[in-house]
Amino acid sequence: MIAHADNIPSGRHPLVKFILRWLLTTNHKEIGTLYLSFSFLLFFIGGAFALTFRAELAQPGLQFMGADFYNQMVTLHGLVMVFGAVMPAFVGLANYMIPLQIGASDMALPRLNNFSFWIMPFAFGLLLSSLFMPGGAPDFGWTLYAPLSTTYGPPSTDFLILGGQLMGISSILGAINIIVTIFNLRAPGMTLMKMPMFVWTWLITAFLLIMAMPVLAGVVTMMLTDRHFGTSFFEASGGGDPLIFQHVFWFFGHPEVYIMILPGFGIASQIIPTFARKPLFGYASMVYATAAIAGLSFVVWGHHMFATGMPLATELWFMYATMLIAVPTGVKVFNWVATMWDGSMTFETPMLFALGFVVMFTIGGFSGLMLAVAPVDFQYHDTFFVVAHIHYVLYPGAIFATMAAVYYWIPKWTGNMYDERLGKIHFWTAVVALNLTFFPMHFVGLGGMPRRIADYALPFTGLNTFATAGAFLLGVTQVLFLYIIIKTVRGGPKATDQVWEGAEGLEWTLPSPLPLHTFETPPKVD
Amino acid sequence: MKSKRNPKKQIAVLGLTVAGMFGFAYALVPLYEIFCEITGFGGGTFEQAVIASDVKSGYIVSDGGNREVTVQFLADIGRGLPWEFRPTEKQMRVKVGEVHETRYYARNFANHSVTGQAVPSVTPAFGATSLQKVECFCFTEQTLDAGEEVVMPVLFYVDEDLRADVGTLTLSYSFFPVESAEVGVMNHATANMEHL
Repeated sequence: MIAHADNIPSGRHPLVKFILRWLLTTNHKEIGTLYLSFSFLLFFIGGAFALTFRAELAQPGLQFMGADFYNQMVTLHGLVMVFGAVMPAFVGLANYMIPLQIGASDMALPRLNNFSFWIMPFAFGLLLSSLFMPGGAPDFGWTLYAPLSTTYGPPSTDFLILGGQLMGISSILGAINIIVTIFNLRAPGMTLMKMPMFVWTWLITAFLLIMAMPVLAGVVTMMLTDRHFGTSFFEASGGGDPLIFQHVFWFFGHPEVYIMILPGFGIASQIIPTFARKPLFGYASMVYATAAIAGLSFVVWGHHMFATGMPLATELWFMYATMLIAVPTGVKVFNWVATMWDGSMTFETPMLFALGFVVMFTIGGFSGLMLAVAPVDFQYHDTFFVVAHIHYVLYPGAIFATMAAVYYWIPKWTGNMYDERLGKIHFWTAVVALNLTFFPMHFVGLGGMPRRIADYALPFTGLNTFATAGAFLLGVTQVLFLYIIIKTVRGGPKATDQVWEGAEGLEWTLPSPLPLHTFETPPKVD
Repeated sequence: MKSKRNPKKQIAVLGLTVAGMFGFAYALVPLYEIFCEITGFGGGTFEQAVIASDVKSGYIVSDGGNREVTVQFLADIGRGLPWEFRPTEKQMRVKVGEVHETRYYARNFANHSVTGQAVPSVTPAFGATSLQKVECFCFTEQTLDAGEEVVMPVLFYVDEDLRADVGTLTLSYSFFPVESAEVGVMNHATANMEHL
């Protein structure tokens, strides 16, 4: 029925067998591995784009590229990192870990799972092919604002649109799969309120995906019909309004940023109790806080549009609703700190990344609060302050959380412990590098340096040179991370089944390394 | 615990949610227009005020109690329209409740006839519903022959319901080309501005 690796017909060439195994696999661990590897590849591609434009920004003036190519790099960096690196990494972790954490033998819809993954290479093939086209790649920023993307977009914009739709289909199918798995395949005795936090945050994220991704698909379809089929959704001469694009896009866009962070909350909520050797403080409030953040994410999109001339009442609504999100987020941070309080803490690499997550994500949260204040947002709008904010929530947020998860679970996946010394070096270099890269952006932003411009005024030179140096150091840490992963996969001290002294949960009852098939008879949870 | 719920039904419900949200993205467009119509947001002023037939400048619509405001005039050309287009006067003081007239000048410097449609917009947005146009070239499409120049009148009044803290209203027109093969036929066609 299912093309598992072990029932591919024998007698074929080993390479054919290898390709068929990964092409046809319906095993959640293999698909999780595919997602994680794919996202890591795109993480390097997106990072290369970032280093390209950071090199340009090291000095004022134009040294390496024109403004056109700079804009293309900025656009592709954003799109690749959001949709190609962060989201597939979290989907990969979900595929790998959710069945293990709820005691299921696999995802509920394994063939759909395979389909969801294999759409992704095509989606990003379409997007990245735009770099080699006449007129260049899309150059209007990852937010695709009309009319830059409709009337003035290069021809390759259509490839972005089709790639975006494919990616949306992949995410939606993946989310449906996760919801159905969590609702139906939990081990006997595992009620919803006994689920691990990673499963909970992913369940809520999956609902966000179901609600938000179709809106993105809708808005890019409107772009497509505006470009080629004579509609005027965003064309003022035909009775449309470019502002509608921003409303529809951000109606998707704000839930999207929580799609990129909620699984990270879940990961931190798994790791911190393990290394504090205490149960998670306030489990139920964590669940409710996550749900509250998800609900609020649909009514705050206007805070991206304070400068568009909204009526005062609308600005006030979006300002207060946005600031309200700080309450459930504060509950979460409080709970993490309370979990560590009086705990017997040790600081292995996953814990370091989780703590880095809590501390620096909170910095990003505070700059988010500053941006939420409508009257002052007019100064911050479209400056590097916004760039600093999104990178403080996404880098120490989504990416540190993913790295923490990899260090936390890789001994279980491979049966080998990673190199603790290298892991610690990785963490501390990454902390130094990312603060060197992104912290100066607060200052140049407040000083008035606009984002998405290839050149800047002379007074911003020093801080920009720092940021570029930090960015290249940050690039080096990724190579170190890749090396650590390869080293761990190839060998290392054997991991025990429980791996971490304080680890609790079904996945730690399984042998290390994990066999291909697990929980074929569901465990009993009491 | 195996849920008693039916997975196929769950998948169907989730699939319908996806379809519904896709539709909702499209529904946001008319919803936004309704929102703009109610609040005046976006500054669109599309309706012709009907007060009496054959109204001229100086007609008193309502008693504005000697209140005066400044009305400024702007003109923009949409992409691809080979016209010169400008107001004949930059601004005027008007008495609230009284009909005033101003004129816009347009010239087609192409060597063929071109049809355009003007789209009005008022700033501040909440003043949009108070600036009432009695007669306006924006109610219909305009066709100019090669080299033709015209002066087009706008008859308007400021309604007394204008918020007390507003001293200046800005009326802006953007002229967009109308892509039509039958320019001559379209000349006198009354464009239904409501869908704008």
